[in-house]
Amino acid sequence: MAKFEPVLLARIHKSDSASLKSYQTDGGYSRLKEFLSMAPADVTSIVKDSGLRGRGGAGFPTGLKWTFLPKDHPGPIYLAINADESEPGTFNNRYLMEKDPHQLIEGIILACHSIRSNKAYLYLRYEYGTSYRVLDAAIKECYAAGILGQNIKGTGFNLDIVLHRGAGAYICGEETGLIESLEGKRAWPRIKPPFPAIEGLFRKPTIVNNVETLCCVTQILYRGIEWFKSIGVQPDPGNPRDPGSYGPKLYCVSGHVNKPCCVELPLGVTARELIEEHAGGVWKGRKAKAVVPGGISMGFLSDKELDTKLDFAGPGKVGCLGLGTAAVVVIDDHTSMVDVLYNCCRFMSHESCGQCTPCREGTAWMTKILERIRSGSSRLEDLDLLMEVAGSMGIMPGTTICGLSDGAAWPVKNAISKFRGEFEDYIRGQRTTVTSAQKLMAVH
Amino acid sequence: MPTVTVNGKDVEIGASERLNCIQAAAKVGVEIPAYCWHPALSVVASCRMCLVEVGDKKPDGTVAMQPKLVPGCQTPAKDGTVIISDSPKVKEARKATLEYLLLNHPLDCPTCDQAGECYLQDYSFNYGRGYSRLNEPKNIKPDKTYIGDQITLFTDRCIMCTRCVRFTREVSGSSELQVVSRGSHEEIDIFPGFPVNNPLAGNVVDLCPVGALCSKDFLYQQRVWWLKSTNSVCTGCSTGCSVTVDQNDERVYRLKPRTNEKAQGHFMCDEGRFGWKYTHSDQRLSSPEIRTNGQVTSRDWDQVLSSARAALRKTALAGKTKIAAVLSPWMTVEEAWILASFLKSLSPNAVLAMGPVRIAGKDEHFPKDVKGNVVEPVKFTIRAEKCPNRAGVQAVLSHFTGDVMPFEELLRLSSNGQFGAVYLAGGDPESWISEIQAEAFSKVETVIVQDFLASPVLKHATHVLPSGTFVEREGVVVNHKGLAQLIRRSVRGPDGTRPDSRILWELTERSGLVQVDVVRSEIASGIPALAGLSDPALKADGVLLNVAQAAAAH
Repeated sequence: MAKFEPVLLARIHKSDSASLKSYQTDGGYSRLKEFLSMAPADVTSIVKDSGLRGRGGAGFPTGLKWTFLPKDHPGPIYLAINADESEPGTFNNRYLMEKDPHQLIEGIILACHSIRSNKAYLYLRYEYGTSYRVLDAAIKECYAAGILGQNIKGTGFNLDIVLHRGAGAYICGEETGLIESLEGKRAWPRIKPPFPAIEGLFRKPTIVNNVETLCCVTQILYRGIEWFKSIGVQPDPGNPRDPGSYGPKLYCVSGHVNKPCCVELPLGVTARELIEEHAGGVWKGRKAKAVVPGGISMGFLSDKELDTKLDFAGPGKVGCLGLGTAAVVVIDDHTSMVDVLYNCCRFMSHESCGQCTPCREGTAWMTKILERIRSGSSRLEDLDLLMEVAGSMGIMPGTTICGLSDGAAWPVKNAISKFRGEFEDYIRGQRTTVTSAQKLMAVH
Repeated sequence: MPTVTVNGKDVEIGASERLNCIQAAAKVGVEIPAYCWHPALSVVASCRMCLVEVGDKKPDGTVAMQPKLVPGCQTPAKDGTVIISDSPKVKEARKATLEYLLLNHPLDCPTCDQAGECYLQDYSFNYGRGYSRLNEPKNIKPDKTYIGDQITLFTDRCIMCTRCVRFTREVSGSSELQVVSRGSHEEIDIFPGFPVNNPLAGNVVDLCPVGALCSKDFLYQQRVWWLKSTNSVCTGCSTGCSVTVDQNDERVYRLKPRTNEKAQGHFMCDEGRFGWKYTHSDQRLSSPEIRTNGQVTSRDWDQVLSSARAALRKTALAGKTKIAAVLSPWMTVEEAWILASFLKSLSPNAVLAMGPVRIAGKDEHFPKDVKGNVVEPVKFTIRAEKCPNRAGVQAVLSHFTGDVMPFEELLRLSSNGQFGAVYLAGGDPESWISEIQAEAFSKVETVIVQDFLASPVLKHATHVLPSGTFVEREGVVVNHKGLAQLIRRSVRGPDGTRPDSRILWELTERSGLVQVDVVRSEIASGIPALAGLSDPALKADGVLLNVAQAAAAH
């Protein structure tokens, strides 16, 4: 296979890639007028036919989501852009926003045209200060150039983008939590139905899309469905419900590698290829023991599963929850999985919104159990207890209001089932990794 | 009719009924446990206690079950919905949820007020595991002893159902309560400087399914299993909230709202909730008296009653002056009927008047926003008319006299010396007659006062009849919209007092023991507007009468 030429990240190495001038020089916004004069339904069907699936984690078909909006709604309809990138290890949206904001803005304009929205809310993670400044400047440039605001490019289409900075909570990345937060409330995910497409922001129909998804929309419209479908993985003929994994995807590789990176590749690359060819291999000449395929809530790949294809279906085949955000975190063989899991649980416990009982209490309990294992006062039965707690937090995905509970339970299930021997050795050996000072410092 | 299947049993629900799975299951007597769900509050589906298996019955009879458990509170029950609440999967989920809820719960039932009526106890007993597998220390959150004048919060007992938060947001509108912090550290708290002191604040205590929110008034007073509950009606205003009166050993300890969609719904106001204290006041009139020239000449019930009866009869027979009675809007319909019919039987031109109807301010509607503006739809109203039975007494009065004479008119006639004997029924725990008004009776030869607290008119009384408060009496009261409900006797009055119906029963020389039911059936056949009192529903949630129209027709 010929070397894949990046598309979404094609411009990031240019010196002033974030400026409007540079973007226009590279052909950006050149066909915006043409697209805006298309019927909104035609834009939707292009996106739908391209097979684009949401890049935010769940992989829901984007075009299909857009068609869930009530027909002939008098409006307003809103687009909320989920830029609250907070899954640990994920930084692909940050690249797109800092280096090529206009690609995103063009995607927003096209999406808004397609869903007949005149207002888009960009919910940006608070910690992304640079992204905020770059986006803010880019939006201002667009207003000045008539690309945003009233009567865009003379097509009669109006669009305002509101750039909103969150206040730093993982749960704000859940779409209804994001909507609540945008409304100025505590980010407690809403119960569904009604889904946001029916009743979302300010009780109006709302579409929530990820930054990378919208960048893909721009590219699909400029390059066409054929181009998009030529990249990635075809649907599994054995599974009629598999819509396939088309298109390029940004993979963020971090952890114990020589060269952590954000790299654009066709969907379906293997974890091994990512580590060996793009991230410079595991650091210090060690071997990978486990790999997180897409953010810690997706679980772990063991060293035997490194050839798993990282497309939307791949990680699920080896017991992970899914592709997630394609944030690949590599864990070397000198690292204790007990510590890794403890870190995951502590994060989830800290970030649980506290609404549903299983997640609120379960995440904290699992953290406490792991703390005890790490302090050397545990028994083998504790592993079964951990598995049971994780099992009852998500008896199967969807028993709590949002997915955080499943996402918190999954790494526990994965780690203990795939690395049980290591956990048992740890407990038998009464190994202690927590010194009293660390115990004191453990933020809780 | 839409049919829902619950654990294999079919049940029909009304075509226009919008029920969730919990409500539909309750129709066949299947309890689906729930903490966060409350019929009067919005659905949050966060406690995850009501998880059930739900499916759809297809027209061909096959059932397609949803693969995952769903919260019963959030899932509507429609035609063909199949609910399974007793499968191993559901039981396992309940067990897990209860274990989670008890993880950080202090299990201090022996010192907890809620013990005995606690959903955490009940559900743990019915569905729980029986032991905890937590080996680590519990999260102990400090108690908040002051979150309102009447309310205290045992933070560690809280299970975060957020019913109280939603109540202050959706019903009282005052939004004092909130959730602070996140995850397993979150707590219910008030905004600093804004305690829960709204007029409906006490309801958060009832809403709390565990012992987290407690009433300071009731705190550590009684174990709830010692209490005996009687269904009754709050007499604080003309809303007439259905309540239960909880007493032990002839002492009332608390009033709790009783759900009655015909009356007020689910809640009651603090004015009514804590407004029964006068029942146990040491200022209660405690013995009957005959006063002659300011001297008490007898304290014997039989003598006092026969003297009063004789005085009324003598005046009526002499015919020089009239006899009159003031029927208080605090009387029950039965009491009003006995008194009114007795006076009319003594003298056809006996004057009957309505006692003072105390109005305090304006009707107060809820929810109210922070500026005090009422938000539609109104969910609760505290009425300005601070008496329980104006409508009922008015119906009796208009049956006898047509137009109802107001109190002021009677005072005027009395000052003119028209009356030789006056029967004054009180019953308002607050002052109902002023010194100046009482002067109107200074010239009247016989003034019979039936009341339970002292009032200025006692100065002129010749006969004092100490009566009972609403927890010591039985009878019908009719609220502002004509709903007749029963107040029931829960405690015996102090020594020397008698319930009003007994005083009147014996005054009018009816034989045997007091039978309020007999009087009620007399009324039902005697007054067309009150015919509904024979309806057996009266004993349950009340009967809606058309008294307003009946009164207008006269």
